[in-house]
Amino acid sequence: MSGPELEALRLSLAVALRSVLASLPLAVAVAWLLARRKFIGRMFLDAFVHLPLVLPPVVVGYLLLLLFGMRGPLGHWLYEHFGIQLIFTTAGAALATAVMTFPLMVRAIRISLEGVDPGLEDAARTLGAGPWDRFFTITLPLMLPGILAGVVTAFAAGLGEFGAVITFVSNIPGQTRTLPIALYTALQQPDGDALAARLAAMSFSLGMIGLLISEFIARRVQRMLGR
Amino acid sequence: MFSIRAVKRRNGFTLDVAIEVSTSGVVGLFGRSGCGKTTLVNIVAGLLAADEAHVEIDGVVLEDSRSKTRLPAERRRIGYVFQDARLFPHLDALANLRYAERRAHGVEKRISLDFVVQLLGLEPFLQRRVQQLSGGERQRVALGRALLSQPRLLLLDEPLASLDIARREEVLPYLERLRDELSIPMIYVSHQFEEVLRLATHAVLLERGHVITQGSLEDVSLHPDLRAIVGPEAVGSVLTGTVEPHGADIAGLAAIRVGANVLHVALRDARAGASVRVQLLARDVILATARPENISVRNVMTGTIARIAGDDADTDMVHVDIGGPLVLARVTRAASAALNLQQGKQVWVLVKAVSIRGHAYVRNPPPPGSIHKLTY
Repeated sequence: MSGPELEALRLSLAVALRSVLASLPLAVAVAWLLARRKFIGRMFLDAFVHLPLVLPPVVVGYLLLLLFGMRGPLGHWLYEHFGIQLIFTTAGAALATAVMTFPLMVRAIRISLEGVDPGLEDAARTLGAGPWDRFFTITLPLMLPGILAGVVTAFAAGLGEFGAVITFVSNIPGQTRTLPIALYTALQQPDGDALAARLAAMSFSLGMIGLLISEFIARRVQRMLGR
Repeated sequence: MFSIRAVKRRNGFTLDVAIEVSTSGVVGLFGRSGCGKTTLVNIVAGLLAADEAHVEIDGVVLEDSRSKTRLPAERRRIGYVFQDARLFPHLDALANLRYAERRAHGVEKRISLDFVVQLLGLEPFLQRRVQQLSGGERQRVALGRALLSQPRLLLLDEPLASLDIARREEVLPYLERLRDELSIPMIYVSHQFEEVLRLATHAVLLERGHVITQGSLEDVSLHPDLRAIVGPEAVGSVLTGTVEPHGADIAGLAAIRVGANVLHVALRDARAGASVRVQLLARDVILATARPENISVRNVMTGTIARIAGDDADTDMVHVDIGGPLVLARVTRAASAALNLQQGKQVWVLVKAVSIRGHAYVRNPPPPGSIHKLTY
């Protein structure tokens, strides 16, 4: 493996990791809202969260560009106040990836949360556990399998996010050229076939490893929870 | 000592209940399924919001709609044992107990982990995962867990309903021990009159969200509406007596003084002086208008017919005063007519020692060398 491949691999891993870490707390909160709370607009929130699954990724990238571009309302504000620039940066790639993989994460977490008997939380209440105490000592440990499944799925999907990323942050070597974008670039060049093949093989191996690790963790967690 | 008032309307069902108990014993909340028992205890525990409620235990008001007081469930210190135990599946038995113990810090500690382990016999399976416990063991751990939260009141919502008969018999003695050794007031929800009979000192009869009657078990057992709930076969007066000084275990029989009479009951290992409650099923009580001779029936008492109530199309429920307590006898109309039974008539009441059921100890004197007593 040579420079460009390693760089693409490192970038892909970094982008996927950052997107997962940043979106996890929000995904848990949204999953909890959707599974446990009845409120006006719940269906709207549910649909909104799932939108990236059905929209063309380019549309998501375009919307991010409108919002977070240098002249977009959020992008301008972030740059003015914090000096944060998302467009054309690795952080921006992580944001686009997070938006695209968010529904996958919410879905997995929500399913496992729906499997946690609220009666156990009631039991904890009668024993003197307040809301946060109950959440961290009962609900969270019991939904751990779903959280891990969500994290691994989102991470694996995040490694390959293409459309939204290239639309929002473009194709900059060392900044935003992740594995799939590097592969696409290689295919555009007359002598890029060998490079493309190597990048494809890397993606393939990465996917396999991710799935095996996820399966392994799932089993360990199930045993830990005594199922 | 507690008083509870709760009103809740939901989908055409109205719960409207007021319960006042001035003793520290066990209140049996009894009624058919769907009568609102669980709804009521959930309101008391603070898990369910009522339209109107007043919950007061030992002078502490936990909820009062008028003054807009509503303590959240986690600050009520009301122990709750659920029908399905609800042990935390990611913790072992000991960790389940510790969960409650840790959260009761700051509260005056009266029940220790060691005490609970000893009282409920939890030692052998403390390290076991919840999934490896039998149904009976789970309920015992759940009981211990509720006790370790140092409750002012213990709610037991059909804790035996999900167990088979053998497991019930395994858990019941622990419940009796709990009642006898701790003076925590308890509300025991059940649709099995026999459990209420064995554990409760006070009974509340609930039907379609309303209290039909409440009072001592003796009085409630005579209430005409009990028949519709327990069925005609299970109706019978409840009597409480004391084991005679030399009346314990004579050839498997115990002599129990009830008012002016001594009842012989097939009951082993009764201790002299123990308070015992028995139920004479109305269908097992025989009436005679002359003193019977040469028969195997151990209990022959005289009494006066206090009143005769209709039971169903072909039978009467005869209330006989045996010198204090009333005994119910279910007799056919034909027999009633043949013997010319009527109010004020003197009769002999016959009950076989083996057909007296539900012999429950109430406030048994502790056996020598019993586990340390708690002072409450």
